[in-house]
Amino acid sequence: MMSETSQSARPARIGTSAPGQEQIDFSPETADRVATTTCYMCACRCGIRVHLKDGRIRYIEGNRNHPVNKGVLCAKGSAGIMNHYSPARLTKPLLRVGERGSGDFKEIEWEEALSLATGWLGKVRDTDPRKLAFFTGRDQSQSFTGWWASAYGTLNFAAHGGFCSVNMAAGGLYSVGGSFWEFGEPDWEHTKYFLMFGVAEDHDSNPIKAGLAKLKARGAKYVAINPVRTGYAAVADEWLGIRPGTDGLFILSLVHVLLEAERIDLEFLTRYTNATHLVIRNPGGPDDGLFARDADNKVLAWDLDAKAPVEASTAGTRQALVGEVSLPDGSVAVPVFELLAGRYLQPEYAPESVAERCGVPAATIRRIAAEIADVAFNQPLVLNQPWTDTSGRRHETMVGRPVAIHAMRGISAHSNGFHTCRALHMLQMLLGAIDTPGSWRYKAPYPKPIPPGPPPGGKSWEAGRPLAGMALGFPRGPEDLLVDENNTPLRLDKAFSWEAPLGLHGLMHMLLPNAHAGDPYPVDVVFMYMANMAWNSSMDPIGVSRMLTEKDPATGEYKIPHIIYSDAFYSETVAHADLVLPDTTYLERWDCISLLDRPIGSPHGPADAIRQPILKPDRDVRPFQDVLIELGTRLKLPGFVAADGSRIYADYKEYIWKHERKPGTGPLGGFRGDGTGNGVGAPNPGQLDAYIANDCFWSHELAPEEGYFKHANKAYLETATRLGMIGAPEQIVMQLYSEPLAKFRLAAQGHGKVQPPDRLRARTERYFDPLPIWYPPLEEAMADAAAYPLHAVTQRPAAMYHSWHSQNAWLRQIHGHNVLFVHHATATGLGLVDEDWAWVISRNGRVKVQVRLMDGVNPGTVWTWNAIGKRAGAWALGEDAAESREAFLLNHVMSVFLPPDESGQRLNADPLTGQAAWYDARVRIEKAAPGEAAETVPRPALLHQPKGMKPAPDILRYNASKSAST
Amino acid sequence: MNPAFSVIFFTTASGAGYGMLALLGLLGPAGLLPQSVAFGLVSIAIALALITAGLLSSMLHLGRPERAWRAFSQWRTSWLSREGVASVVAYVPALLFAVAWATGGPTAGTTAAFGIATAVMAVVTVYCTGMIYASLKPIRQWSSPLVTRNYLLFAAFSGAACLTALAALFGGPAETPGLLAMLLAMSGLFAKLRYWRFIDRAPATSTIESATGLGGLGKVRMLESPHTEDNYLLKEMGFRIGRKHATRLRQIALVIGFIVPAALLLVALTVGLAVGSAAGVLLAVAAAVLALLGLFAERWLFFAEATHTVTLYYGRAA
Amino acid sequence: MTSLPQPVPGATKLGLVIDLDTCVGCHACAVNCKEWNTSGHSAPLTDLDPYGGKPNGVWFNRIHSYEAGTGTEARTVNFPRSCLHCETPACVTVCPTGASYKRAEDGIVLVNADSCIGCKLCSWACPYGAREYDEDVGVMKKCTMCIDRIYNQNLPEHERTPACVSTCPASARHFGDLGDPNSDVSRLVAERGGFDLMPEMGYGPVNKYLPPRPRATLSPPPLPRPTEATGGVAGRLLSWVDRALSR
Ligand SMILES: Nc1nc2c(c(=O)[nH]1)N[C@H]1C(S)=C(S)[C@@H](COP(=O)(O)OP(=O)(O)OC[C@H]3O[C@@H](n4cnc5c(=O)[nH]c(N)nc54)[C@H](O)[C@@H]3O)O[C@H]1N2
Ligand SMILES: Nc1nc2c(c(=O)[nH]1)N[C@H]1C(S)=C(S)[C@@H](COP(=O)(O)OP(=O)(O)OC[C@H]3O[C@@H](n4cnc5c(=O)[nH]c(N)nc54)[C@H](O)[C@@H]3O)O[C@H]1N2
Ligand code: SF4
Ligand code: SF4
Ligand code: SF4
Ligand code: SF4
Ligand code: SF4
Ligand SMILES: [Mo]
Repeated sequence: MMSETSQSARPARIGTSAPGQEQIDFSPETADRVATTTCYMCACRCGIRVHLKDGRIRYIEGNRNHPVNKGVLCAKGSAGIMNHYSPARLTKPLLRVGERGSGDFKEIEWEEALSLATGWLGKVRDTDPRKLAFFTGRDQSQSFTGWWASAYGTLNFAAHGGFCSVNMAAGGLYSVGGSFWEFGEPDWEHTKYFLMFGVAEDHDSNPIKAGLAKLKARGAKYVAINPVRTGYAAVADEWLGIRPGTDGLFILSLVHVLLEAERIDLEFLTRYTNATHLVIRNPGGPDDGLFARDADNKVLAWDLDAKAPVEASTAGTRQALVGEVSLPDGSVAVPVFELLAGRYLQPEYAPESVAERCGVPAATIRRIAAEIADVAFNQPLVLNQPWTDTSGRRHETMVGRPVAIHAMRGISAHSNGFHTCRALHMLQMLLGAIDTPGSWRYKAPYPKPIPPGPPPGGKSWEAGRPLAGMALGFPRGPEDLLVDENNTPLRLDKAFSWEAPLGLHGLMHMLLPNAHAGDPYPVDVVFMYMANMAWNSSMDPIGVSRMLTEKDPATGEYKIPHIIYSDAFYSETVAHADLVLPDTTYLERWDCISLLDRPIGSPHGPADAIRQPILKPDRDVRPFQDVLIELGTRLKLPGFVAADGSRIYADYKEYIWKHERKPGTGPLGGFRGDGTGNGVGAPNPGQLDAYIANDCFWSHELAPEEGYFKHANKAYLETATRLGMIGAPEQIVMQLYSEPLAKFRLAAQGHGKVQPPDRLRARTERYFDPLPIWYPPLEEAMADAAAYPLHAVTQRPAAMYHSWHSQNAWLRQIHGHNVLFVHHATATGLGLVDEDWAWVISRNGRVKVQVRLMDGVNPGTVWTWNAIGKRAGAWALGEDAAESREAFLLNHVMSVFLPPDESGQRLNADPLTGQAAWYDARVRIEKAAPGEAAETVPRPALLHQPKGMKPAPDILRYNASKSAST
Repeated sequence: MNPAFSVIFFTTASGAGYGMLALLGLLGPAGLLPQSVAFGLVSIAIALALITAGLLSSMLHLGRPERAWRAFSQWRTSWLSREGVASVVAYVPALLFAVAWATGGPTAGTTAAFGIATAVMAVVTVYCTGMIYASLKPIRQWSSPLVTRNYLLFAAFSGAACLTALAALFGGPAETPGLLAMLLAMSGLFAKLRYWRFIDRAPATSTIESATGLGGLGKVRMLESPHTEDNYLLKEMGFRIGRKHATRLRQIALVIGFIVPAALLLVALTVGLAVGSAAGVLLAVAAAVLALLGLFAERWLFFAEATHTVTLYYGRAA
Repeated sequence: MTSLPQPVPGATKLGLVIDLDTCVGCHACAVNCKEWNTSGHSAPLTDLDPYGGKPNGVWFNRIHSYEAGTGTEARTVNFPRSCLHCETPACVTVCPTGASYKRAEDGIVLVNADSCIGCKLCSWACPYGAREYDEDVGVMKKCTMCIDRIYNQNLPEHERTPACVSTCPASARHFGDLGDPNSDVSRLVAERGGFDLMPEMGYGPVNKYLPPRPRATLSPPPLPRPTEATGGVAGRLLSWVDRALSR
């Protein structure tokens, strides 16, 4: 890269100043000590080097050796100093003394806090452990918190994924055994054509930026499909300002054109997907749509030479792609590919049919398809790298389709996101562009079997006992749902019920509404961690605040009896808790970015990382994980105490190296056993020291022959098995056609023991289509759509992380308030000019915003930056802070519910996964009346700042060298 | 540009002071002003007081006034430094002029010599002040020879108006400064109109297209500014005044700064500035006060209407 | 000394080359600059009202974004703005104290905080808005080209580069000697048509900007479409009957 070579061209190496000029200290000593750790200014997990001077942070820079960021650091990471010394940091455990939501607390000692929590939690565990709902947010220890919940015995555990991007995860894991999100990435080194759908930042913040630069330097073509042309879309070669929620149509139309022209990779389809698998055709029958299987339960294909069914996995057979066949047992079946081609060749998917709805001209769709086809099939990427597939066939080269795709919440945050995501993976499969050179690649530990893990645990529970299995899992069909015999959901958030059968990550957005309503049952303790649920991560935050503060008129007690919350800063949610457990900053604790969780693996191999405490807290705060260990120990949870009742882990640090999920497998994969163990091995007390010596990460570089075709690469799959990433070295067959979905559909058609409630029967039948479908987002499809003609979406700003950074003196200067961006033409039609104030009105509510006009946005779409608006009084900001005066949340016009229809109350979510449909919002805009104040509305009441927190300074003169006051 | 009070006061007050000094230095020895020692000393004192007050006020504008002495060092390149040097140097002939007037009378040869020297230093100083602005290319409203010319003209005008009033108060003669003031008011009026025509019509030297270099792509519009609140640059250089507001202020400045003083001086000259009548005195004093007020408004506009190229980056015109 | 150094042909001119083609407007360079420099040569980079209604701090680098052009050719361009270390900068010559100066050694324009009187004239003289007044201490500050990094013997060789350059995730910033026509940065400028901002000001900026690249376009032939003759959808499906490949 240029920036590296230009360093070698650095001229004079010694700084000099002419006599009489200012005498400059060219070589100041910049640090007494440099410590490495992992950044946590967002969830991207970059490696950092923290320079310390006189006990203060002098500078934080990217670690060049680190596999994630390779030396660079983003805006947020660079503002770590301001996070660490923020006046909004909590300083001591807090116990509510005023009304909930007022912010009136008293400071208490940790002993009191811990015994209070133990008391509340212990009582619940001894009676009905389900009555603890434990939900975590942006944390990186979900394998630990999930394990804690399971030991405690509650199935009501989940993390933020359910409202974040579960469509992406579920769509990918059920189709290709991997996923976009942070679990896969384009082959940045080789891709020649890159399509990015609906990505503003993603969790690969720095790697995507670096990747785009590489692509562009190589002259590869980059197409951004996004209603907004900013950030990544700004540097694209072509921008398609698609109408939100219509990507599925666009993708299926590309598929249509490619099928028409037969520009598809039949070899890839035959070898690596279930294209040839036979699907039983028995309309109305109990097996309609299931795979035809032999006596050994092996899926069948049709052997063209033998003119007989054959186990689909049999290497060397020529298998039919089309053609209905009769099987020996008399049933009739067709290959998946025929179903697929038969569907998408229909004229309804022709570009001419979809163009208007997508806002992309038909000719453009045809041209993009032609470009993709040209690059994929006329410019294949061939690496001279022999490899062997799972059938034992040796290939002299690796031949790839250098078309890569990446996608994130522009796809997944819609109520049709699951299918759109599957459609994208189908497109990749048709092109042979999955884990082949130049295409999209799995990041270790992916690919995994489809589905990747056991079904959700928690079908039964017992007072005082741990859960059998983990709360979250992967349903294979209706029999794995968590519903009782009356079809009542077992989980509070109703994940894995008929409302959200594939709610793999839980439905965090339903936690508070359901806990408040006692639906399906009341809970006693809501325990949350690192999620600002009283504000930016809830739809309708004002309503949620009301739910948190509402009392039962009969008893005078809060409807949600106890709320425990751990945060590091004075957030809106802190003000709504009864007991606040103050966490440290990311530079003051041990953390573990585990292979069991969301590690830092890459296509080049598995990797994981730790965080080490670099500074000692100057406040009475404790790492939340330590607190959770302590609570687990006090509650005598299995795994936390030995048979004799003695504690097993002194703290989280000890847990990290000592804990084994199964023998040989622990939170960290590196330096196990005697310190040389990779992936698996006995616990090593020196493991953390070894990590620190290795800049706080471990990575295992795959051999070149293991680099691609991982789903069917013998060497790779064996290595992956050896490293503990998968159970057995078996081919992972990609699922164009999803049989689990067919099973749910069969249930909806009346087959099988587990039946949907009648009110959800039709919708289950409709949405559980085993092949990708497109339907209009639910909100758009409603009758009053015309009253709300505009789409409203948000984007992640690169320099802010949700609510975390408004307390950051530097970042809040960049994003102190947000405006609503409106297309010039649309604004003109509404009589709006720059800086006007206007109301954004949806069927749920209204919010007053300032508008700014732009051109690079789909004319039917308005947008704003996410999570800039804050509630006055929170985050140690002045009462006059723009964050609460002018900035706004689009969340105020959203609701987790759609108006009921014949199926009853409906979630504003994807009907398969329950993913919150943030980007389905439909609004209209009205100019504010002339006399209206230039201020946002709603502006809920000012929160009081807990006593004990120091007031924020009026002037900040941060200078680590001179230790000036901050 | 932000119309900072300290700088506006400085330029108007010191301008009037130097104008007075220059005219005192030339007209006093020529016998065209009251010849009393009292007049000489009071006038010089008032002129120096205006200058000194202006200079002190300009120090308020400094972040580190205690280091102001450093500003004398860079006269080789910096008009501000030159102004500083000139303004201090000007005290020397001015004080010697005062001493000479008091001791040898206004028309003595030494007095005349110091008078001329004083006038020269006054002109030099005001020229330097004008050049501080005129040399700033990023501000197209300033980057013009008209600016220095106007600075000199307005200093002379306000100096003359003040001197007329003082001379009248001291019983005259005040016709010469009065006539001069009237003529200067009228040229000032035209000079200012010419200046405004220039700033209204002259095409912008730079555009958002040249500032960003993106003109090749077409019309450029700002999408987002770097920070959501105003910073130093915008507070200092992003000051904007509305068209309507500016037009009104221009009218006010012209009327009270130039037209009315000229008219008052004309009346005074015709009705009896010559005999030192009460009416004449009153008219002359009123003319001087109005001239100063008008110039204050003019100077405020001089800043308020000036735009800086940095604002192009913020999507505004400059 | 506010007299500009005598121009010497071939003299070192350290500067930045900023690639508007890949800049994604992420602000990383701006914040990293702030972070380095708040404890650096011009420390601190004061922030006024940091947690209040009008936060306003000293930043040496600020990131704008623009829309340019209309229709399908329109673009959004992110645009970092910092001192250009001009060759004939009036910000130096107007300074009455000599606090503002251009180094003969490498062309870097600096402010000597010990002699600056805070008259702000240099900020008026800079067309580019690159001078940052620190109201708290009453002196002018500005981009130092990371003078305390690029020569810093206490930093390993590869870190002796401006903070903004080493942190940029999109490799959109390059640092080097623009006085040497053979340096990587000079070659990059030549190759990519690097340009000056507001050349009409005559300040001779050393920093260069690289324009957005022409867009990559492909023109493959249109894909064939089934016709009546090929039998439509059914015909297409039939065509696959014998197209089976070996598993
Ligand atoms: N309108 C709209 N709303 C959205 C979205 C959208 O796109 N549009 N996106 C949704 C998505 S995908 C997500 S993931 C959510 C995110 O929203 P949330 O899950 O609420 O996450 P954050 O706001 O990032 O932070 C939650 C809390 O973590 C705290 N925190 C920060 N660091 C620490 C720490 O070290 N320890 C502890 N204990 N706490 C800490 C912060 O102070 C904050 O209160 O927002 C959702 N909300
Ligand atoms: N800097 C920063 N980085 C972050 C975060 C942050 O807050 N700040 N948050 C993290 C979290 S929790 C998450 S979940 C990820 C999310 O990562 P992203 O998915 O990249 O984040 P979003 O802001 O949701 O971006 C959605 C994009 O989709 C576009 N879009 C909206 N609707 C549609 C549509 O229908 N079709 C298409 N094609 N595009 C559409 C929007 O314009 C936007 O550009 O980012 C993570 N990274
Ligand atoms: S992307 Fe930025 S904030 Fe996130 S981990 Fe990396 S450096 Fe830190
Ligand atoms: S760090 Fe790089 S990509 Fe980000 S704003 Fe700065 S120059 Fe642009
Ligand atoms: S950019 Fe401005 S501050 Fe920098 S050298 Fe040029 S004129 Fe001076
Ligand atoms: S502010 Fe300082 S550096 Fe700028 S011109 Fe004045 S004295 Fe010189
Ligand atoms: S060179 Fe250094 S001081 Fe200048 S903008 Fe870059 S980081 Fe900031
Ligand atoms: Mo998220």
